[in-house]
Amino acid sequence: MRAPRGELRVGLGHKDPGIRAQGRSSINIFPDDRSVDNARLSGRMPGMDLSFSAEDETFRREVRTFLSEALPDGLRAKAEIDAPFAMEDVMQWHRILFSRKWAAPGWPAEFGGPGLSPTQRFILTEELELAGTPQLSPFGLVMVGPAIMQFGTPQQQQRFLPKILSGEEVWCQGYSEPGAGSDLASLQCKAEDDGDSFIVNGQKTWTTYAQYADWIFCLVRTNGKVKKQAGITFLLIDMKSPGVEARPMLTIGEQPAFCDTFFDNVRVPKENVVGKIDAGWTVAKALLGHERTLLAMVGLSQRLLRRIKRIAAETTVGGKSMLEHGAWRGKIARLEIELEALKMTNYRVLAGAQLGHAPGPESSILKLRGTEINQRMYELAMEIMGHDALSWYAADGVVPAAEQGIAPQFCYARANTIFGGSNEIQKNIIAKWILGLPSGK
Amino acid sequence: MDFELSPEQKMLAQTVASFAKQRSPVERFRKLREQQQPWDPQVWAHMGELGWLSVPFSEDAGGFGAGMVEVAIIVEGLGRALAPEPYLASVVLAGMTLAAAGSQDQHERWLTPMMEGETALSLAYAERATRYDHGEPGTVAARDGSGWRISGEKVFALGGAQAQHFVVSAQTPDGLGLFVLDAEGPGVDRRVVRTIDGQGAAQLVLDGATVGDEHRLGEPGPSARSVLGHAIDRGAAAACSEGLGVAQTMLDMTVAHLKEREQFGVPIGAFQVLQHRAVDMFVEVQLLRSMSVLATVQSEHDDPQVRQRAISAAKATLASSGRFVSHEAIQLHGGIGITDEHDIGLYFKRMLSLNAVLGDEQHHVERFAAGAGF
Ligand SMILES: Cc1cc2nc3c(=O)[nH]c(=O)nc-3n(C[C@H](O)[C@H](O)[C@H](O)COP(=O)(O)OP(=O)(O)OC[C@H]3O[C@@H](n4cnc5c(N)ncnc54)[C@H](O)[C@@H]3O)c2cc1C
Repeated sequence: MRAPRGELRVGLGHKDPGIRAQGRSSINIFPDDRSVDNARLSGRMPGMDLSFSAEDETFRREVRTFLSEALPDGLRAKAEIDAPFAMEDVMQWHRILFSRKWAAPGWPAEFGGPGLSPTQRFILTEELELAGTPQLSPFGLVMVGPAIMQFGTPQQQQRFLPKILSGEEVWCQGYSEPGAGSDLASLQCKAEDDGDSFIVNGQKTWTTYAQYADWIFCLVRTNGKVKKQAGITFLLIDMKSPGVEARPMLTIGEQPAFCDTFFDNVRVPKENVVGKIDAGWTVAKALLGHERTLLAMVGLSQRLLRRIKRIAAETTVGGKSMLEHGAWRGKIARLEIELEALKMTNYRVLAGAQLGHAPGPESSILKLRGTEINQRMYELAMEIMGHDALSWYAADGVVPAAEQGIAPQFCYARANTIFGGSNEIQKNIIAKWILGLPSGK
Repeated sequence: MDFELSPEQKMLAQTVASFAKQRSPVERFRKLREQQQPWDPQVWAHMGELGWLSVPFSEDAGGFGAGMVEVAIIVEGLGRALAPEPYLASVVLAGMTLAAAGSQDQHERWLTPMMEGETALSLAYAERATRYDHGEPGTVAARDGSGWRISGEKVFALGGAQAQHFVVSAQTPDGLGLFVLDAEGPGVDRRVVRTIDGQGAAQLVLDGATVGDEHRLGEPGPSARSVLGHAIDRGAAAACSEGLGVAQTMLDMTVAHLKEREQFGVPIGAFQVLQHRAVDMFVEVQLLRSMSVLATVQSEHDDPQVRQRAISAAKATLASSGRFVSHEAIQLHGGIGITDEHDIGLYFKRMLSLNAVLGDEQHHVERFAAGAGF
């Protein structure tokens, strides 16, 4: 069977019939991809076609050309060594992508998106990540934006979507509270009915980059008398409203990456409710699949792997480069193999989505493995660095440029397996929804 | 076999514990870290008064003549409290090198003030190109009249951020030599660098540092080399003991958190999957404790083969157990474990440091495999 144009033909998922047994015998993923240039396999599994159509290849070239021209020098220099980007860098890149219509690869044309096929979307995302460009803040583009498209009123769509797309308004996510982490539905931040508006009181925590945000999308309790999931509302709050305060906290990597966010009698118009009052849990659940596919971190890990190889090439042990040292080569190869498996699984989820399935519980696999692989890569980078692993916000020249900043990132990467639904929670989801295991106590 | 501490050793353990509790809560380390001050010289002096800094040195050298067991007791306690005073760096690494290779004059000049807590020493042996091998430094010491001229670069000298003197290894025409350099001496450029564990270290750029011959410790050659190797092994054994204190504390904190933190209407420690994770941490800590005992006891073994085998086994265990315990500790704390505010992260980072110095996992696995029995 020939792949219909623009589709990738590998399936995954409990509902998916699986892999089709017809068609071409050569398996060839991304013939000119720098990172998988050895991915030609023999024709032992007839029927699967891992190649992209000519159109998709043209699209990929188009993206690369754009990247080679549009990425400003300042950002390119940081991208090349995987140096952390400042918020201004992210916003600068957001505007550049926006002007090319590529800020939100997944958005449909009717909301100003590029209207790409899922495969092209994937190609675009992958190329951006491979080039090491700043990752745009996902809270507007990947989270609240799609929620507003799916559940919002036309007025909300007109009011919010254009500014999310252009980057004019930055968003953050107010779900977690001190007492409600994994058990999100037990949240207490309260919105009381006051005619045309709600009065919000309470605290959100771990709110990533709330200090830079113009808006926050929150889950708030609007009804305390029903089953806990049933009394929650999805509410958009202007961070400039009187009574909102975001207090930045340092992470273990000493980055001010999240906040405690307080609400003290904050008045919020009811027109800012997305979906129905008391039906916020449905909106929140619809967002989860998106977030998890995002958390596969494939592109980030691919970049990190390249960086690891660069560090290893420049590090000597027993008089030779680490890349020539069997044990170290093996450690790196092992991780590359795991990344390859993750990538293939990601393709299969993607292909499943093309066949009309929204990312379901199987996206938990991507989150689980993707976050762990990324952590292990940082661990390996730190191991390879030897004594240099000690360096902490070092001045220039103390450690080689490729190693600069790894230690704080390694620390921060411990959060991978905690945020976005901890990995333990992902396992609970797989056990329950994929394996159908009974729930215990 | 006897795994019991003697009454004196038990008493020492109690003193260390009460010191940690009263004089060195983690809060103290936090303040120092904030001010980017590597350690508190007054606390160091206090340790001198308590006699801790003299513990492993022979009575001839003015010490107590106790051994590595006592050292292990002290550093484990310091590890639990995250006390940043450079016991491992100054007493074990630099001090024991000086004690073994130096003359009586040299002991009086450099070891005595250190034992009294007036000064601190740092051993600068590590270099970028030689990674964890100490035997062939790229730093060179050439004869210069009656003295020496030393040039080269040392990286991440522990305790170097605030030490007064460095014990430096350098290649001489007769093999590896050991020299004492003043931190402020001519041609010595000490660059203080921040480290992941907040304790700081020094990069040492030696550009024709000149010293008199009285700064040379013993004769260059095989004996200096083996003195240095032995000191590093003792340091690795002490790192295991300190790491044990760090790991045990992370386990204790995690178990307490599992009992306290409630989600879904129950303490999260009620989830069996988390119980098993805590049990795995417990098992790793126990194995680490066993290996730390082995390293401590064998660190004074006459046969270097026996000693190295034990130390490498223990240090490789510190790497794997320490990694496991510290990763799990953060994970089971959830979001709070990712904050700088919570102490668990400080322990996590100290463990990382202990594993990045004095030979990493791969180094020790290879040395173990190169030893007897393979
Ligand atoms: C860096 C970072 C950024 C974040 N950004 C945001 C943000 O922008 N907005 C936002 O709303 N939230 C954010 N979060 C919060 C994140 O979603 C929560 O930390 C996460 O849901 C876990 O909740 P908790 O921290 O309360 O941990 P807890 O729920 O207390 O969990 C502690 C441990 O118990 C385990 N556990 C809990 N329940 C179970 C169970 N039933 N079975 C097995 N194990 C269980 C967990 O997996 C974890 O290991 C962020 C967190 C971090 C670390």
